[in-house]
Amino acid sequence: AEGVVCGHDLFVASAMEPPDNILKVKTHRRGKDILIDHNYLEIASPTTSTKFGHYYDISKTMSPELLQSIKWHSFYLPEELSLEPKLKMCNMNCGYANLLHSIQRVIYQEGFDGSHPQKKQKNILRIGIQSLGSLLWGDDICSSDTPEDIHSLTKFLYVLRGLLRKSLSACIITVPSHLIQNKAIMERVTNLSDMVVGLESFIGSERETNPLYKDYHGLLHVHQIPRLNSLICDVSDTKDLAFRLKRKQFTIEVREAVLFHYFEPKSKFPTKFKLFSVTFMQTVLIEGSNTKDVFHFNLAKEQMNIALLSN
Amino acid sequence: MLAELNELLGASPQRPGTGKFTLLRDTGTDGSFLVHHFLSFYLRAGCKVCFVALLQSFSHYNIVAQKLGVSLTAARERGQLVFLEGLKSCLDLLFGEEEPSGEPSPLQFISGSTSNLKALFDFVRTSLTPADSASWKGSVLLVDDLSVLLSLGAAPVAVLDFIHYCRVVVCSQLQGNIVVLVHGSEDAEDEENDLVGNSLGHHSDLILWVEGLATGFCKDVHGEIKIIKRLSLESTEQDLVQVYQYKIQERNVTFFARGLSAAVL
Repeated sequence: AEGVVCGHDLFVASAMEPPDNILKVKTHRRGKDILIDHNYLEIASPTTSTKFGHYYDISKTMSPELLQSIKWHSFYLPEELSLEPKLKMCNMNCGYANLLHSIQRVIYQEGFDGSHPQKKQKNILRIGIQSLGSLLWGDDICSSDTPEDIHSLTKFLYVLRGLLRKSLSACIITVPSHLIQNKAIMERVTNLSDMVVGLESFIGSERETNPLYKDYHGLLHVHQIPRLNSLICDVSDTKDLAFRLKRKQFTIEVREAVLFHYFEPKSKFPTKFKLFSVTFMQTVLIEGSNTKDVFHFNLAKEQMNIALLSN
Repeated sequence: MLAELNELLGASPQRPGTGKFTLLRDTGTDGSFLVHHFLSFYLRAGCKVCFVALLQSFSHYNIVAQKLGVSLTAARERGQLVFLEGLKSCLDLLFGEEEPSGEPSPLQFISGSTSNLKALFDFVRTSLTPADSASWKGSVLLVDDLSVLLSLGAAPVAVLDFIHYCRVVVCSQLQGNIVVLVHGSEDAEDEENDLVGNSLGHHSDLILWVEGLATGFCKDVHGEIKIIKRLSLESTEQDLVQVYQYKIQERNVTFFARGLSAAVL
């Protein structure tokens, strides 16, 4: 959606449904996870546009005029495979090989990598790939503990990384990680990505009825953020994020700070303490404590872990 | 380079050392700041450096190196730095035309035509073996990061063989140094990766192991670093182990004893 509103080019790839369908709104729930298409935000262009990003009304679809104002390329695996069923690239799965060739071709032909400098002004290519790694792409890492070819997906990601690094493009990929049993693959996938975000839905889990989470539909986990061109990375103060799916809006919020008491009658330690903020790993002073003990704590899920770090 | 880290290691650009194998490991956090440190350290020391950079582009390392006081572009131009940009090399292999010089691509193994890393080793060897009379203070091989080779289909044994051959040439024959990063994850479910990391650990002179804090993310303490110095590879003397915490800043990394972060004091 952002791509359309900013006038960027799009490349939408899917093995599940024709990309035309993705470019309309779709939010539906499937089993344990809320499957939100990466373009769920597609709707009528907003009234307000802030410094960074835009607001969208997810109960409506985007106007066709707006969609027509940009150039978009589509990749629908069943169609592509029928055209080039035997395309091979370094022992990679055929679907991935096809996709890479397609992306490379668009990047080269449209000049996103600096070739054809005489072309019109520079633009950005936003690439979206749906459900990579799923069975529909011909990969069995989602259906087997010991997949036949564990390297196809990671090879794909490495080559894609190379393509992105040398062109004016950015890519977002959704991966059905709840289906991938092999943790080693997920670790490697994370290592080959710049930014990794996980959505965890409460549907079907005990958290659905947990009062701590009553305001939200799920958690947003930030597993990794990019550390590019710098020693430091732009880490936000809080990592405790939850999301809410309302009729017209999808919001991501910081979970509220909690003031709570802990009673331990026989303990020497004071029994009440206050959180100074909702962030992880903040120092906390124990009220009424005689010592100058300083603790670091981690408000993780429903528990609080405290580690004494200094005397 | 990071001055505080030099102090902790007892290292100085005036004495870059010879024949050392340093293993960098990171679990649950990003240890690439160590790679940036060693890259600028050895360039400052006047060594010839062969950098096998598999994960990021040249400009990324260059921009960070400039913050640490070294220009990679200049180093490359004067022949002090040989830089293998893995991502670019891979694209050339898959989408480019035939190599004009007829030399096989260093990352040949990705195409599946061979299962060993000999082409990569040949690249390292020719980069560091001095063609003219040696005008540099030593040879250094730097790899970021070895785990990527596993993701690209190389078997752990092939990776270990590659390192072994490099050691023979770089550490023994050329009396140079090797620094290698092996990236891991907190859950440690990647057996192949652990195999490579642990195996190399047994043969390392120095291990720098960086980990995220067990209690999670913290604004003022980014992680913990364990410095393991092998006193002797032959005897059964205990290794020297030191643990510090650190905080990464824009141009520097500060190290401090556990629990004594400036934010707490």
